[in-house]
Amino acid sequence: MSLSDKASVSGVGETVYTRKAVKSAFELQLEASLIAIRDAGLDPKEIDGVIPIGLVTGIAEDFIDNFGIPDLRFSALIPHGGASPAMALQCAALAIAGGVCKHVLIAFGRNVSAASAKAGARIHQMPQFHYVTEFELATGMAAPAQIYAPMARRHMELYGTTIKHFAEVSVAMREHALLNDNAIMKKPITIEDHHNSRMIADPFRLFDCSLESDGGAAVVVSAAERATDMPHRPVYISGVATGHPDSPASISQRPDIASLGLGKAAGRAFEMAGVTHADIDVAEIYDCFTYAVIKQFEEMGFCAAGEGGPFVADGKLRPGGALPTNTHGGLLSQAHVWGLNHIVELVRQLRGDAGRAQVSNAEIGLVTGYGDMGDGGIAIMRRG
Amino acid sequence: MSEIPAKPVPTPTAMSQPYWDGVANGELRLQSCGACGTPRHYPRLLCDRCYSDDVKWVTASGKGKIHSWTVAHHPYHPAFVTEVPYTLVLVDLVEGPRALGRWNGDDLKIGDAVEGKFVAREDGSDLVFSSTSG
Repeated sequence: MSLSDKASVSGVGETVYTRKAVKSAFELQLEASLIAIRDAGLDPKEIDGVIPIGLVTGIAEDFIDNFGIPDLRFSALIPHGGASPAMALQCAALAIAGGVCKHVLIAFGRNVSAASAKAGARIHQMPQFHYVTEFELATGMAAPAQIYAPMARRHMELYGTTIKHFAEVSVAMREHALLNDNAIMKKPITIEDHHNSRMIADPFRLFDCSLESDGGAAVVVSAAERATDMPHRPVYISGVATGHPDSPASISQRPDIASLGLGKAAGRAFEMAGVTHADIDVAEIYDCFTYAVIKQFEEMGFCAAGEGGPFVADGKLRPGGALPTNTHGGLLSQAHVWGLNHIVELVRQLRGDAGRAQVSNAEIGLVTGYGDMGDGGIAIMRRG
Repeated sequence: MSEIPAKPVPTPTAMSQPYWDGVANGELRLQSCGACGTPRHYPRLLCDRCYSDDVKWVTASGKGKIHSWTVAHHPYHPAFVTEVPYTLVLVDLVEGPRALGRWNGDDLKIGDAVEGKFVAREDGSDLVFSSTSG
C-alpha cells in the first residue's frame, strides 16, 4: 500500500507571530489549533488524532481536556526538532491510511521571549543533544549556529560556495516576507546589508540566522475520502518520507559533517509522488540558516553536490523566480515555529490562497523539515 | 556589571567516566571495541560493527588534520562573553574519530596538520589544537 494521496491537509492555522508574546507556548498552540480546526470546517470534538510538536507542549491529554474530545484514537510524539512537523505529516498519513483515525491535529506553540532559555541553553533540553551537552558545550560549542558553521565552512572550502550565495537566500526570504502581513521582518534588505550584518559564528552573520520568535501554528490532516466534502480545495500529501543522517546525535562525529537525513528521504518522496524536480512549482525549505537551504537543494537532487550556491545565485528563489522558495518569508524572515509555518504556507499556495505571495498556477509543491542534528522530513503535496 | 556565570561543567556518566578521567590526566581517551578493535567516539554502549559491549579505552595521540572550523563571535552561553571571539576546530584524528577543540594559532585551513593537548582551566580542561606544519 502506498501512502500517496491517502490524506489531505484540510485545515491550517497560525497565530500572529511576534517577539514579545504574552501567552504561554501551550496557549499559543491551542489558539493555532482552534484556527486550523475551524478552517477545516470541523468541531474540535471531531479531532480523533493529535501529534503535539515542540519542547514545551501540551500532550494528548491536554487536548482531550481542553477540547472535550470524546474519543481520541491516536496520538504520537515526534522528538526530532525542526524535522518534526514534516515527519508528523508522514505519521498522520500512516495513521489515516491505516484506518486508525480520520482527522489528525498537528500543532506547535512556543514562547521564547518569556523564557530565560535562549537558543544556547534551550537545545540542551533536547535528548538528541546529549553528546553536545556533555562533550562540546564546555568547549564553547553551545548553539546551533556554532554547530552548523563548520558544515558551511567546509562547503565553502570544498566547493567554492560564497557568502554572496548565502546572502541571496537571505534576501530572497526577506522579499517574500514583505508580501506577508504576518511576517515579523518588515524592512527590505540587500546583499550588502547581509554582508554588513554582525558576525555570529563565522561564516554565519546575523542575516544567515533564523529568528527567535513566538507563536503557534497548526494543521489538520484528514482522510482523503473526506477531503472533497470539506470547505477548502483538498491539498493531498502525495509523497512523504523521513530520513536520519549517520551519527545522528553528533555532527562532529559524522563521517561527512555536511550530509543530512534528507538525502536518504527525498528520493523516496519523489518516487511516492510520481513527480520530478521540474514538476515542483513552489518550495518551502527549512531555513534555520541560509546555508541549510543551499545544502537541502543538493540533498534533494535539484542540483549536484556542491552546486547549491550557483543553483540559488540566479535569483530563482525570489518572488517571481523559477522556483519561488519560502513564499511566507521562512524562519529567516517570517517566524521560527519549527517549520510548521512552512506546511501552512504550502497548503495556502496550493489552495490558491496565498495573497500577495501567491505563485501563479501552483499545482505541486514541496516542504522540508530539518531536525537539529540533520534529521530530515519531506512532503510533496498537490492540489486536488 | 552583572556577574559572569561559571562555564558549564560536564556531568560524566558511568559510561563516559573513563573519558573524563583521561581529560583530568591530560589524555584524550577513545573507546575501542574489545571484540573487534573498531574505535568509536563519543562514548556509547555498543560497537556498531559487531554489537559487542566490551570496551577498551585507548589514548589518542592528539594528532590529526583539520576537518573544519568556526570562529564564535556571539556568546550563546553567558559564560563565554569575555572569551569571544574564539575559534573552534574539528580535527580528524589519526586514530579515526574526530575531536572538537579550541584553536591556538593564526590562519587555519581544512587539511592542515595539527596536534592537540589539554590545557587546564579553573573548572576543567580545554583540548587546544595548534599547527604542526611549522
